[in-house]
Amino acid sequence: MIETQPQLKPLLELEGVSRLFGTQVVLSAVNLQVFQGETLVVIGESGCGKSVTLRMLCGLLTPTSGKVRFEGLSWSERPERNRRNEQLRFGFLFQGAALFDSMNVFENVAFGLRQNTVLKADQIEQIVRERLNEVGLPFSVCEKKPAQLSGGMKKRVALARALALTPEIMLYDEPTTGLDPVMTDVINELILQTRRARTITSIVVTHDMSTVKKVADRVVMLHPAARLAEGEQQVIFEGPAAAAFASPDARVSQFVKGEAGARLREMALAG
Amino acid sequence: MASAAIPQVRRGLVRSLGQWTVDIVRFVGDLALFSLDLLGWLCGRLPRGRVVLPSLYMIGVQSLPVVLVTGGFIGMVLAVQSYDQLRSVRMEATLGTVINLTLVKELGPVLAAVMLAGRVGSSIAAEIGTMKITEQIDALRMLGADPVQYLVVPRFLGCFLLIPLLTVFADAAGLVGGWFFSTQLLGVDSSHYWIHSEEMIGGFDFCGGIFKSFFFGAAIAVIACHRGFQCDAGAEGVGKAATESFVYSFVAIMALDFLLSMVLTVAQHFWYAYWFRPVMAPG
Repeated sequence: MIETQPQLKPLLELEGVSRLFGTQVVLSAVNLQVFQGETLVVIGESGCGKSVTLRMLCGLLTPTSGKVRFEGLSWSERPERNRRNEQLRFGFLFQGAALFDSMNVFENVAFGLRQNTVLKADQIEQIVRERLNEVGLPFSVCEKKPAQLSGGMKKRVALARALALTPEIMLYDEPTTGLDPVMTDVINELILQTRRARTITSIVVTHDMSTVKKVADRVVMLHPAARLAEGEQQVIFEGPAAAAFASPDARVSQFVKGEAGARLREMALAG
Repeated sequence: MASAAIPQVRRGLVRSLGQWTVDIVRFVGDLALFSLDLLGWLCGRLPRGRVVLPSLYMIGVQSLPVVLVTGGFIGMVLAVQSYDQLRSVRMEATLGTVINLTLVKELGPVLAAVMLAGRVGSSIAAEIGTMKITEQIDALRMLGADPVQYLVVPRFLGCFLLIPLLTVFADAAGLVGGWFFSTQLLGVDSSHYWIHSEEMIGGFDFCGGIFKSFFFGAAIAVIACHRGFQCDAGAEGVGKAATESFVYSFVAIMALDFLLSMVLTVAQHFWYAYWFRPVMAPG
């Protein structure tokens, strides 16, 4: 595992970020920093705002209040054109892969290159070939449509597509959800391999503790905003993966060990 | 209990009315902003040909058969409905005028627009809606493509530019259908059929219908794409977006038809007053 060398200035930063959807509070005054070169894993119960956090970090969502900074500058302060260019420095592996249904695998992987570069067709084909090879897929898969692929293949094609533009920051939204244990390990290996192959900062949102164990330099756990006590922070844990497994906080230890514990009683009371 | 219930019912009504008003204002405002965004892209950098061409094919070429079939039947229906009434006043020779004038001024453009709203509009809303809920629109953004430029502009161009052509085909199919039924099955004299049509239908009537179709096409594209972008999660959300797209488009087509018909009627008065005065003046 690569040693993280936190710098004084974070690469990405959430400062007092809150986000509401209608009247529902999803994020409440969250503070978070991501440093260059590290792999940060964000864990937490369903609905605690992990994916929302990920979308805010790359400027896909705007906060209701607070600041989201990338290299010290808030997304909202950047002009539209600049924001779009900066977003190209991010790669995003979506939870459901988000492959374009109307395109085949080749067109999906080549999409970003065709959209943002002036590369010739043979150069694009070479890059697509390399990226597919990197995620362990043969070039013969290119003609297939996303509907013809298995869940694991879709994720790998989506990873190849995200890597085609050689991003500096990779965002993974529940990369192993819905995959069998072997494919889960394949994806975890690919996350590690991607980091080894290039200087890349990774942020992984997951429920999967095997991913946490395997890829995390640092873990952050979010607690659902709706269940926060008065004055309590939404980030209830921040530290190395090993510390999360040894955390004295019952909410953290129950989550990482996958125990229902107090949550079951809480749900029964709420019901 | 009853007296306490009445104010509560009133409060509920007021609240519903208020919420309804807010929803309408929000919808109109959102649609206006969406249209402005689209206008910005239309005036700026257009998408590449390979992005636009599939939309043109889907909207224009694939809609043609259904527009031709329905156009033909509408012509024949007009013949069936009008023949008895005209025969009762011994004016069946003018059947061509009734059918063809109705077709080129009203039914051709409206029919083509309704078919487009049903076949293409709903499909656009469902497609964009599905892309939204499966994160494909977010993926587009992350890969450097603006969803309005990439998804909306090609569909808008397809609807806006091709609906006039579809209208011409609907008019033509209706004309042929009406002529066939009137002359071959109802026994109306073919030469009278066309002579009366030629006398009463001018270029203004035909062009007026085509002019209206541009507005219908623009409305269908904007509403369908907007509904797609506003799609709620799940299969129900996609179905709702498709239905709303058709219903809102249909209402917009009817409202625009009414407004444009009024404008064109006034314009037609000026047209005849200034261009045909010497011809029509007695002596």
